[in-house]
Amino acid sequence: MNPGILTVYRWELHKLRFQKRTYLGLGAAAIVPILFAIAVSVRNGHPNEVAFGRYIHQTGLAIPLVILLFGAVWMFPLITALVAGDIVASEDHNGTLKTILTRSLERGQIFGGKVLAAVTYAVVAILLNGAVAVAAGSLVSGFKPLTTLSGTKVSAPSALGLIGASLLVYLLPILALACIGLLLSTITRNSAAAVVGTLMFSLMMQLIGVLPGLGGTRPYLLSSQFDAWEGLLRQPVDWAPIGHAAWVCPLYALPALAAGYLVFLRRDVAGG
Amino acid sequence: MTAAAPLEIRGLTKVYGDIVAVDDVDLTVAEGNVYGYLGPNGAGKTTSLRMMLGLIRPTAGSVQLFGRDPQLGVRALEGVAGFVEEPRFYPYLSGRRNLELLAAFDGGGAAARIDEVLSVVELSDRAADKVRGYSHGMRQRLGIAAALVRGPRLLLLDEPTTGLDPAGMRDMRALIRRLAGGGMTVVLSSHLLGEVEELCDRVAIIRTGSVVYEGTIAELKRTATGAYRLRTTDDDRALEVCRAQPGIVDPRRSAGAIHFNAGEAAVAALSAALVEAAAAPVELTPQAASLETLFFRLTEGQDGAAAPEPVEVA
Repeated sequence: MNPGILTVYRWELHKLRFQKRTYLGLGAAAIVPILFAIAVSVRNGHPNEVAFGRYIHQTGLAIPLVILLFGAVWMFPLITALVAGDIVASEDHNGTLKTILTRSLERGQIFGGKVLAAVTYAVVAILLNGAVAVAAGSLVSGFKPLTTLSGTKVSAPSALGLIGASLLVYLLPILALACIGLLLSTITRNSAAAVVGTLMFSLMMQLIGVLPGLGGTRPYLLSSQFDAWEGLLRQPVDWAPIGHAAWVCPLYALPALAAGYLVFLRRDVAGG
Repeated sequence: MTAAAPLEIRGLTKVYGDIVAVDDVDLTVAEGNVYGYLGPNGAGKTTSLRMMLGLIRPTAGSVQLFGRDPQLGVRALEGVAGFVEEPRFYPYLSGRRNLELLAAFDGGGAAARIDEVLSVVELSDRAADKVRGYSHGMRQRLGIAAALVRGPRLLLLDEPTTGLDPAGMRDMRALIRRLAGGGMTVVLSSHLLGEVEELCDRVAIIRTGSVVYEGTIAELKRTATGAYRLRTTDDDRALEVCRAQPGIVDPRRSAGAIHFNAGEAAVAALSAALVEAAAAPVELTPQAASLETLFFRLTEGQDGAAAPEPVEVA
């Protein structure tokens, strides 16, 4: 069988299984909802200032949504960057780029396999987080109907479906961040720089959004797309922010990916 | 149709800013050669090998591997394997897993060769251990295994014995000899003259990026014969004897003596011949240059005088 992108993808996943950062990221994605649920079960207060915050004692299904809101600040960007920022730079760090680039795969195929692996990891982290949050939340506050942002109630099974859909919408900005992490990983050749850089990019977006006079940029900031899923939790569903995110996120993702690809294709592998 | 040479380099140049790392290198490696790429550290050997493997782009010139340019795609590396600087692997995977990954990236029948190449480099016992725990010598051998798994016809090795202990060096050289004996073309960079002399049949000597000698080791040795100064009881007659004597190169008179180049055996034969011809030597003194000094002269300066003084060790 001729090797191709899927060969690289399979082996990248295999390599991820042997790296600490994978478990650090996935562990954080799983543990945070558990800690949150424990906090909910032992304390009576609730975060009023955040959407769904006041419902966390009424239904466990509010908990994954609150975590999505909190996680957008830095937790999910960090979890995403942890692998995306490392996946090319780690080859520089290990000096293995020269090892894999002198086999029978083109550079583009290697980059493609890495993109798929970084994306897979991000998807797994977000879905794992959602699944654990639903399970832990339901344990402490019950699998009960959820009050939407419009004030209406939806049944627990429908709410579960909405949460699943919300996670998918949430993946739009997450995957755009993964692409930025991949670009930084390729350019900086340094895992720490790329991870921190991706996180800084994410925080900078949020900063621009709150700067006076720059409010007009908000709809086009990547950070704002982390709220797009809220449209699903209105009745009737507000598709506008989701449609908006669906074209704004690729505006960040695709140029970053293309730039990373070109840099990877053309760079001199002089280290290692 | 004549097959393209395993390696053909024309005008190869790599410039980094103001530094010319590789300067207009031409060389051709024929099928079955064991070719030495010899030069001191920093002469541009590794940069050249990186260009041969398509890892970096030449500033000018071209590399052809069996007639294909590695800059145009990885297809040119078909039948070609090797490593530059020390071979590197994923430290968190076992030796065998690393080879499995690389064999998967090779495709074809590479995966079926893993057991065989592990035993060739004598790593079968440690193949299940993570590379993190490997010694330098083991990594070096795994590097050879990773190259062999491709089933190459051309092997490019960058200083394969560097950092090995004497036994490791001996084993590595024996392995390279064995591979070459099996018909594989090998290009081997080294900063050790003795190593190249022992293993290679052709050599390019490289100095600050340029090839200063290219040819067979035998020719190099001939060039490396020492220069001698001779005075006898009858220099006219002695010059005739020198001209007639095999192995005496370029005999000439200057500064009241005869000068010539020759190897030691030829010099011994010459002195006997001189005595027989009644032109008894009054003075017969070596002036310079064995292979080693020739190498230093080629790689360190325009002539021997420019070579740095050896450091005295008390």
